[in-house]
Parts: sequence; structure tokens; C-alpha cells
Amino acid sequence: MLKYIIRRLLHMIPVILIISIVIFGIVKMAPGDPVGTNLDPKATAEQRAAERARLGLDKPLPVQYWNWLTRSVKGDFGDSYIYKKPVSDVVPNFIWNTFLLNVVDFILAFLISIPIGIICAVKQYSKTDNFWTVFSIIGISMPSFFFGLLLIYIFSVKLNAFPINGMVTPGKNATGWAHIKDVMHHIFLPALVLVIGSMASLVRYTRTSMLEVINQDYIRTARSKGLSEKVVIYKHAFRNALIPIMTIIGFWIPGLFSGAVILETTFVWPGIGNVMMDAISARDYNLIMALNMFFALLTLLGNLLADIGYALVDPRIKVE
Amino acid sequence: MTEKNIKNKTENKAPNKSNGLDSKEIKEEEQVILTPWKLVLRKFKKNKVAVAGMIIFIIMVFLALFAPILTPYDPYTMDFSQVNQPPSKAHLMGTDELGRDYLTRILYGGRVSMQVGLFAVIIEIIIGALVGGLAGYYGGWVDNLLMRIVEIFMAFPFLPIAITISAVIGPEVAPEKRMYIMMFIIGLLSWGGLARMIRGQILSLREQEFIQAAKALGIRDSRIIWKHLIPNTLGYIIVSATLGMAGAIMSEAGLSFLGLGVTPPVPTWGNLVQNARDIYVLKNRVWLWLPPGVAIFFAVMSINLFGDGLRDAIDPKSK
Amino acid sequence: MGNLLEVQDLRTYFYTDDGVVKAVDGVNFSVEAGKTIGIVGESGCGKSITAMSILRLIPDPPGKIVSGKIMFNGEDLTKVSDEKIRHIRGNDISMIFQEPMTSLNPVFTVGFQIMEALMLHQNLDESEARKKAIEMLKLVGIPRAEKIVDEYPHQLSGGMRQRVMIAMAVSCQPKLLIADEPTTALDVTIQAQILELMNDLKNKLNTSIMLITHDLGVVAEMSDHVVVMYSGKIVEDAPVDELFKNPRHPYTIGLMNSIPSLIEEGKRLESISGSVPNPLYLPKGCYFHPRCKFATDECRKGQPSLREIAPGHKVSCFRAEEVTK
Repeated sequence: MLKYIIRRLLHMIPVILIISIVIFGIVKMAPGDPVGTNLDPKATAEQRAAERARLGLDKPLPVQYWNWLTRSVKGDFGDSYIYKKPVSDVVPNFIWNTFLLNVVDFILAFLISIPIGIICAVKQYSKTDNFWTVFSIIGISMPSFFFGLLLIYIFSVKLNAFPINGMVTPGKNATGWAHIKDVMHHIFLPALVLVIGSMASLVRYTRTSMLEVINQDYIRTARSKGLSEKVVIYKHAFRNALIPIMTIIGFWIPGLFSGAVILETTFVWPGIGNVMMDAISARDYNLIMALNMFFALLTLLGNLLADIGYALVDPRIKVE
Repeated sequence: MTEKNIKNKTENKAPNKSNGLDSKEIKEEEQVILTPWKLVLRKFKKNKVAVAGMIIFIIMVFLALFAPILTPYDPYTMDFSQVNQPPSKAHLMGTDELGRDYLTRILYGGRVSMQVGLFAVIIEIIIGALVGGLAGYYGGWVDNLLMRIVEIFMAFPFLPIAITISAVIGPEVAPEKRMYIMMFIIGLLSWGGLARMIRGQILSLREQEFIQAAKALGIRDSRIIWKHLIPNTLGYIIVSATLGMAGAIMSEAGLSFLGLGVTPPVPTWGNLVQNARDIYVLKNRVWLWLPPGVAIFFAVMSINLFGDGLRDAIDPKSK
Repeated sequence: MGNLLEVQDLRTYFYTDDGVVKAVDGVNFSVEAGKTIGIVGESGCGKSITAMSILRLIPDPPGKIVSGKIMFNGEDLTKVSDEKIRHIRGNDISMIFQEPMTSLNPVFTVGFQIMEALMLHQNLDESEARKKAIEMLKLVGIPRAEKIVDEYPHQLSGGMRQRVMIAMAVSCQPKLLIADEPTTALDVTIQAQILELMNDLKNKLNTSIMLITHDLGVVAEMSDHVVVMYSGKIVEDAPVDELFKNPRHPYTIGLMNSIPSLIEEGKRLESISGSVPNPLYLPKGCYFHPRCKFATDECRKGQPSLREIAPGHKVSCFRAEEVTK
């Protein structure tokens, strides 16, 4: 298994390199002088040239790319123009906020959706099943930003039950338990949007996978052995349905983080998605490149995780 | 479907009996030979939810298509005497901060949103089908190379890359042209999954007896591709095109909501909802963000329902 | 010896969107202890559904046992509680299915799948069950049983998997073993081995076998008694020697004539014209009449019932006396 993981990680290296070239290329296509935004507009031509040289922008593109890459590998992504400090210092401040939101979503969505999906499959076309089918199709078709706005309008504007946005009440500076309560109060609506969206697809996916498995011959065999329905469904059927469920985890984790851009913008949640939007509007290229690389790495790691999960639950997959 | 499956089906008397297998068994005098597509149609028609989805979608397409006839206003003409009007008889959905009729902007916005969705999917299908088909049919190093490329494309985090591209080339492009940029960004970033699926399809088709038989008969490659492989994957392509269009409309809406998709003054549903990022608008001018949001929701949902129904009709097993 | 299992007027229907499918429609037969009964018919004649009805494995909905009795050990299996039927499944009556490739759960080891029934019905603990599983694998002729017990189904060939299925089915020494086309999916040489194994086990364990097949050759070799089914009904029911010597239903004769014979050289093979009727649109009168060369007006109007024309030999045909090979 360890060998397999190492091999997969090595396999990722060329992919990451190509992605980094593409990202670097896209950013370098940007019009305008990147120095211009950094310097005092009154700077002289000599000052500009000096700044360019300091940033290495006077060198040919491949050299610039190589410098950027080698520095990045060492953890130096350059300075962020908006935050006026190294990118590597900026990102960790926000990543945990995004992480918090996603962990809440991941745990809740999984705990709730999988049992529901199983029940829907077992009782196909029942009232419960119909309810969740409708729920899923609505959840899948609802844009997260619009759903977020609706919730803000209903719960924050009309009912005044939750804060409109942010992660903490401004100026409160609460600590300890009070801080946790404040954050929980703020996280409720964005987490609700995320959880409902995730549940919509997970319930549907679990149901579909289970339905496929339930009609297999080996389920009939399990019943013919005299096993109870509980064992048949939750052991024999679910263990098989878990195999396809593993794949979506691979898509889902990176999807969550990159989807955070929209959700965090809607709720002004101080996470990495919000930082991304700030970086985009301020043309903070070092930050943009670093964030894109981060999201790409996350996608690849998600795929790897899915493959490992696959290998764990499906004995037919040869790891060697 | 293999012979064993057919046998199982008839033996088990599975509930969905309205498939091609039965027509074989109907007594000769009653026997009606249905082409596969007619069967799909018959099956689709039975699925009321899917038909409802299709109807809603068709209505929305018509509303967008005939927007110039349906509304007396122009989406770009400002009227400063009519700024920020709530819904009234003259302006069914009110007016925006520049006095433009909002219903008109939503109708024209639908035109843009749906066009972006449609063309993005066309781009996605062309690239996906071509890459997947070539990889699956030729196998070997072609397959290896193409699948490596697919892997790279699939590792691109969609939203961050899309907004980065959009931000980088954005300022140079006039708002009217930005919708074309959107089509390309969305199309170019989302064909990977389809390519993989079609490759898998072709690979398994290649192993099937009728293709082997065609090869044994010495039938040309191009003929096998056109006569056997493409018709047999067409169902999957149509289904993923439909569901892909829902996804593309959603992506466009998201990007435009962030201000990085199609930008004003060109209306799209996504950038109309963007109005609500102003808390004052969110609170006091509900008509400025609720209707376009609902429009996105209905468009995406109707296409999803339609696509799901199509999938069930075309391939009951992939449910 | 008495009857181990008696099926009386069994009717199993499927309620589909297009109408009611009478998959099993008034079937009577019995299985004697220690004997093998063959149930023969084409695909879709209801033979598998009959077998699945016995263990109440019919998916409900859409299927349902509408009426009839299945007497086993003095109890009607259609009436007993779910818990009771679960206790019977795999313990008193067990089943082998047609598709060894898909009938074993791919994510569990074969050993575990055998042990499961043992731990459930025989109250064995894990190590005892494991020992017994290895013993069973040896009994069904699997070499290196100690190693195979920890392997997954995909690591085994079709024949081996069917042996595992049999080991699983007989592990609790059932009184009745239902084998639904157990050899159809296997190579001919493997088929013979599996049949031999089943016969062997029947004698060793004194198990009755209900063998479902479309292959008359298999029936001739294995069975003591034969039931021929067509479109959900029994058309002929006789001891095996009697049936082969003196078949009386045109359908049975058709089936026999479609088997190649090594002895009667030069004789042309015959096939039964037409195909099994759509269960939703069954013909009026005798279900077989559209395909029957003996059919008369009587056959087109009325439905024949099963009648005894010789001791132990029942047939449902108006013209059974005139029908010959």
C-alpha cells in the first residue's frame, strides 16, 4: 500500500509541473506592467527598472518560471501585494477558516446523507424516497450564492436570527467560549448552504449506488443464506456501494475548497476563497499563482485519496 | 446487453418491462418492431417528471428567444425618470438603478445565459468526444498520451482557474464579447470527464462481439467508427450534453455573480443576482435579485430533470 | 419415504406497469426426501420463480405469492414469520444460483461467505466456523482449501466459484438443495464435475435436490422425477424413466427432439417453432397451442388441466393419448 501511494505521488509530479506552467503562463499573459501596481506612480524609469530587476522581471520567461518554481518548492511564494507580507504568511491565516467550514460540511453531510440514501434505495418509490428525491433535485439545481442570499434574506434580514455575514461580530473581540459561540452563530447559514448542497448530491449518489447493488445476484445469495435484512443491506450491499461512493469523495473535497470562492464571497467569510477574490481584484499575482497551485494540489490529492479509498474497499483492485 | 442479462430479465420478470426485449416475445401478429430511438421516446414519455422538465425548459427557451416580441422595452435603454421602481403594471418586475425595465433584462439575460450554456457544452462535447473516441479506439500510446492530458485538465480546479483566466484577459474584452470568452473557458475546462466516459464506452464496445464480427469481416475502421461506435455512444453523449448544459449555466451564473463572467451592461442571470451583494438592495429591492435567481434555479432544474429522464430512458442500468 | 416438500397450487404474480404477469400459475409438485426432482422448461417458464417462491426470495414489490401452500416440515412456508423463513434459508433449504461469477459477494473472502451461514445457523464461533469452512471447501473438491479460504471470488475460476457456492449451500447440511441452472454458465467438462459433485453430496448428506434446468440431458442424468413447465404451468410430471420412455406432452416431445442424439444417427434435429409467449399476452386456450402441431379447436378454446394418464404420470394436454414421439 505504501509503495502504491509513493508511486502515485511520484506520478503526480509531472502533472503538477505542467499545471504550474499553465498557471504561470496564464498569469504572465496579464496585460499591464506588474511593477506599476506595486510602485508609487511618480517613480522614475530608473526606479522602475530597478524594481523589475529586483523582482526578476527583466529575465526571460523560462528563467522567471524556473525561479518562481524553485522558490515555491522551498515554500517561498513571493510577497503578497495586498497584504504586504510573504504569501506563505498570508494563506495560513485564512485557510483554517475555510477548513472549518468544510469540515463541518463534510462530517454533517456524510453522517446524514449516507443513511438517508440507503433508506431511499431500500424503500424505492416510497414517500420517504420521493421526498429526498425532490430534495436532491432542488439542492443540486440551486446555485449556492442564490440559496445563500435567500437564507440571508429570510434569517438575517427578516427574522434577524443570524448575522448577515462575517465570521465574528465586529468589535466584539470575544475570547474563549464566547468566541466559539459567536463563530457558531456566524457559521450556521454558510454551513447550512454547504450541507444542503452536499447532501443533495450525496443522498442521490448513495441511493443510486445502493440501487445498483441491491439488484445484484450476490444480494440474493446473501438473503438465501438466511441473513437478516439488516446484515444484507448494511453489510453486504453497503460495502459494495461504498466503492463508487469513494470516487465522489475525490471530486468533492477539491470541489468544496474551490467552490468556497463563491460561498465565501456571498457570506463574506474570511477564508481562502475570499482571499482569492481579493487577490483577483487587486491583481496580486503572487497570491493568485500560489492559490491556484494550492487548489490544483488539493484536486490531485483528492484523486489520490479516492484511489486509496478504492483500493481499501475493493479487493479486486490490485495495488501492486 | 448480453444474452445472460436478457435471460435474467425475462426470468425475473423485472418491473420495467417496456423495453425492447418484450417486443420479441409478442405474438407475431401483434409484433411491432420499434427502433431503439422510438423505444427511448416511448419510455421517456412515460416519465412525467422528465416531460415536465422538458416543457419548463422549452418555455424558458421560448421566453428568451422571443424576448424582443414579448417586451416593449430595450434591455439597455436607461430611463432616469423610472429609477429603482418596484414592480408595477408598466414594469412587471420593476426597474433597476438606471431605470431599465427589469423583466426585459431578465429575458435578455436568459438569452445570454442559455447561449453560454449551450455553446460551452458544444465545445465540451466536441473535444470530449474526439479525445475520448480516439483514445478508446486506438488504444496504446495514443490512449496513454491523451489520458495523461485528460488527467491534467481534470486536475485544474475549475473555479479558481476560470476566474484567474477571466481576470487576466477580462479587462481587454468588451462586455458584449465576454460571453464568448465564457463559453470557451467553461467548455475548455470541463471536457475531461466526458472524454474519460466515452473512452470507457468505446473500450467496452470494442470488446463486444458485434464489433469483433465487423472487424473479422474486414470492415473499414472509419465505417466501424461511424456505423457502430458513434451510434452506440450517442445516447451517452446526448445525456451528458443535457446535464452538462445545466452545469455550464450554473458555472456561468457563478462566475457572473462574482463579477468575473459576463459583465454589465450585458445582462445575464448571474450578474443580475450580483445586485444583491449590496446589502441595501438585498434588504429593500428584492425584485432585483430574487427573479433572476429563481430563473437560474428553474433553468438548471428543468434541464436536470429532462436529462435524468433521458438517461433513464436511454440506459436504464446507469440510473 | 414421505414427501419433504409439497408445493400446492402455488401462484406467484408480478404486478408490473404493463399488467399482471402470472409467472407461476397453479403449480403442484412434491419433493421426496433424498431424491432429486428436475424442473425443466425454457427461460421465462417460471421455474426459477417457483424456486425463489419456496424461499420467499421474490422481490416484493413487484412480485407476490398470491395463493397456494408450500408445505415443509409440516409448516406452510408462505405463512411462516420472516424470522422463521430466515432460519430455514441456508439451514434447512439452501440454494445455488446460475451465475457463479456474480453470485458471490466480491468484497468478502469466500471463507467469510461460507462462515457467515455457519455462524448464523450453527452457532459456531469464528475459529470453529473457519475450520468447518475449510472442511467444506475440501468436501467440494477445492485444492489448497486452507489458502483458498482467504481468497476473494475474483481470484477463482467460474467452476471453482460454483464449488464455493455449493460448499456454502451445503455447509449447514440442508434437507433440500435448490439448484437453479447450476451448470449453465460453466464449461461442459466443468458441468459434468459439478453435477457429479452434487450427486455425491446428495448421497453423503442425504439431501434432496431440486434441480432447475433447461437441459434435458442434465435431468436424465440427475433426476428421479421430472416436472416440465411452460408459461407458469406444469405441462407434464412423471418419473424420469417414464418421461423419457413415454413423453406425452407435445412440448416435452419437442424438447426431446431438439437434443442431438448420438445413437440415432442421421436423424434431423427438430426445433419447436415460435417462441415462449409474452407473459402479458398469453394466448387463449392451451398456452402451447400456437406452437403445437397437434393443436385442434379444443386446444384453442379451453385450457387443459393436469390429469394422470398412467400411474405417477401426469400431463396437461387434451390429446395426450394421441401424441407420440
